[in-house]
Amino acid sequence: MDVPDYGTVLDALLAIREGVDETLTLRCSCRSHICGSCVMKINHRSALACKTKLQAAQERAGSGHPIVVQPAGNMPVIKDLVVDLEGLWSKVRAVDPYLQPTGPVPEREYIVSNEAMLNVREATACILCGACMSECTVLEVDDRFLGPAPLAKAWRFTEDPRDGADRARLEALSQPGGVWDCTHCFQCVEVCPKDVRPMDRILELRRRAMAEGFTDNNGSRHSQAFVDSIGSTGWLDETRVAMRSTAGLRELRGWVGVGWRSFVRGKVPLRHRPIPGAMHVRAIFQRAAANDPPRQVRRREQ
Amino acid sequence: MAEDYDVLVVGAGLAGMRAALAAQQAGCTVAIVSKVYPVRSHSNAAQGGINAALDEADSWESHAYDTVKGSDYLGDQDAIELLAREAPAAIIELEHMGVVFSRDEQGRLGSRNFGGASHARTYFVGDFTGQALLHVLYEQLVRSGIMTFSEHFVTRLVHDDDGRVSGALGLDMRSGERRMWTAKAVILATGGMGRVYEPSTNALICTGDGMAIAYRAGAPLMDMEMVQFHPTTLKSNGALISESARGEGAYLLNRDGERFMQTTAPHAMELASRDVVSRAEQIEINEGRGVDGCVLLDVRHLGAAKIMERLPQIRALALEFAGADMITDPVPIRPGMHYEMGGIKTDVHGATPLPGLFAAGECACVSVHGANRLGANSLLETVVFGRRAGEAAAAYATERGPVRRSPSLLDDESRLLNLLLARPDGIRPAALRQEMGQTMTVDVGVFRQAETLRAAQAALVEMRERFARVSVGDKGRVFNQALVSVLELDFMLDLALAVVAGALAREESRGAHTRVDFPRRDDAHWMRHTLAFHTPGGPRMETMPVAVTRWQPTERVY
Repeated sequence: MDVPDYGTVLDALLAIREGVDETLTLRCSCRSHICGSCVMKINHRSALACKTKLQAAQERAGSGHPIVVQPAGNMPVIKDLVVDLEGLWSKVRAVDPYLQPTGPVPEREYIVSNEAMLNVREATACILCGACMSECTVLEVDDRFLGPAPLAKAWRFTEDPRDGADRARLEALSQPGGVWDCTHCFQCVEVCPKDVRPMDRILELRRRAMAEGFTDNNGSRHSQAFVDSIGSTGWLDETRVAMRSTAGLRELRGWVGVGWRSFVRGKVPLRHRPIPGAMHVRAIFQRAAANDPPRQVRRREQ
Repeated sequence: MAEDYDVLVVGAGLAGMRAALAAQQAGCTVAIVSKVYPVRSHSNAAQGGINAALDEADSWESHAYDTVKGSDYLGDQDAIELLAREAPAAIIELEHMGVVFSRDEQGRLGSRNFGGASHARTYFVGDFTGQALLHVLYEQLVRSGIMTFSEHFVTRLVHDDDGRVSGALGLDMRSGERRMWTAKAVILATGGMGRVYEPSTNALICTGDGMAIAYRAGAPLMDMEMVQFHPTTLKSNGALISESARGEGAYLLNRDGERFMQTTAPHAMELASRDVVSRAEQIEINEGRGVDGCVLLDVRHLGAAKIMERLPQIRALALEFAGADMITDPVPIRPGMHYEMGGIKTDVHGATPLPGLFAAGECACVSVHGANRLGANSLLETVVFGRRAGEAAAAYATERGPVRRSPSLLDDESRLLNLLLARPDGIRPAALRQEMGQTMTVDVGVFRQAETLRAAQAALVEMRERFARVSVGDKGRVFNQALVSVLELDFMLDLALAVVAGALAREESRGAHTRVDFPRRDDAHWMRHTLAFHTPGGPRMETMPVAVTRWQPTERVY
């Protein structure tokens, strides 16, 4: 088929639909990656068909190999490349996705800094295409997870100086299915066509939730136990972290099997000794706690 | 299946959602039907911003005057006054809803320059203002709990025995099931009809469904000849480069590196109104001073930092589809079909001449844009007249008694769709659509004349006949996009004929409508709107006078 240099995978699919097989079914509209309709798997990666150049897709597939096009993942297929998006919409609805200001409404606009707006803008660039939901490795095994796009949307409101519902939002997001269910696999960051970096938003939501005192959950207990273990011995005490991450004995019982299998495989040493030079690790933790707010630490790491 | 509501809104872009919210606030039960999910609507594509005289040094009168002048005096001045007066409150309301408008150093709303405006009164979110607004209105829609039928396609309006519009018929695209919605008032907010042209900056969904449905039901289409050609579209795929590039200071250059706007608009230069700039570009191209059928858009002097902060999306588009990095290279651009100023005739309350039928947004013609729309006035129109139409429809619905259901209509419509599906193999709709689009671009483009317009009309009449042999390539029920695209083509052929009829009738040059054979504006005869009424034999034309309140037409100088 004749497709020009600048042609996209969408152009090719439309050429097929219009000239070869009119039953080929796919969602598409704007052709300029702003409406978010045409998300699908191209060569096994979630992407917008209108943003994927045919040449690049061909290179990825390897010359002589067909470009593989499949419906988006983690969502039931309706027909061809059309999937059921109800999961995405219901999870967006679940994060109360609207501004909830408190206090008197000003006569004119809210006075806020441009920096604050630019910060929020990074996540409002999300077009809800669902590429991240399609690629999310947690959603693959647990449909209860809210998922990257809805959580990025939630982040947008907690960061907005005009929103007054931060605490309620952070509390809700600390529940099962919320921010602690992410496994930091980076897939959402990599496939997002709008550089929203959903995973980074999720990690920031965790830090804010803990700072606001929402620590009565396995996720934040796990996080704290992790920090305590590394901070004292320089490495991870799996047994102790597992025990501290759970809410109580009853829940811990559910982990006995995993614990036993880990033990058999030699992953649970009987004595957890500090590594040589653990005091240097401790020193790093002490300095970090004393001087630097978490964000600056992160920037230095980069 | 059938459903009953007070107010039914067709279309879930900015105008539709704003109308639905207003109608619900007025105490009505409301449903929205849209052929896509609300956040997929084409309001997304508005990049540059939204106009309002919010600054103390600015005034609504100035905004209104610029709009009247921009419209080449074809806009109705009573409607334009309302638009400009209600703009500041509309923008503050959007800000309160959560739109992350750019700010100035004091933390107040920051504005940018835009074409045809005498003050920097365009408020914006980077270069994706439309998307930002659309998603915020969607958030409000979620909050409202308004019943939303996404991926449902409306095919026809329903009338009561006394002629009042009382609902709509359509199709649940996912299941293929036929649907009827009964309502005391219907608001059409289905957006533009860009796909009548090929190429167009418009999304593939912009097929003018609402315009065609209203037209067939007896509502007149007004000023359909007023088609805006945007000055900066990419040659490769017709994608739009926002006016914000010129708002931020971009130059337009010809082959010799000259800023050719100097001759046409020595004061406003690149920021003259769109009709003026598009004509100037087309003249450069036609007279051999272009580059490959284009002229050049140059922002290099703005520097990388400003380009990245203020124009990130359009830099990405140019990189992708023209292979040009705006930081280091000028981008070849040309005029491209962008917006329909005309549409379903409404009053300032969004009411059409058909009782019970309202319209707002690009599918409507109030008229605030007249013969040429100013950039960043379209987003404004959607929220101001969306709200007004919602309120007026709610008031109408509240007055009106219960509406009788006519289930037999659902069976009739079902039978028609089944007949269409059962047509034997014939012409592919895509081929006919391409032919229509190219005919419109060549013969009903920036420059027009009687001879080519008549040729286009004859060609379209012939295409209308050929449409009877178009077949639906998918016989299934579930997500039958082939069926929808045939229905859309049917709509668009009607609209194309209405555009040509208007262009033939208007024997003058005004705004976006340039007749080579009538090169002057003719205020003595044509301070009038054209009205097209649907008849089986083609459009029947009438005219009506423009509303003039305080600005008498004078020569337009930029």
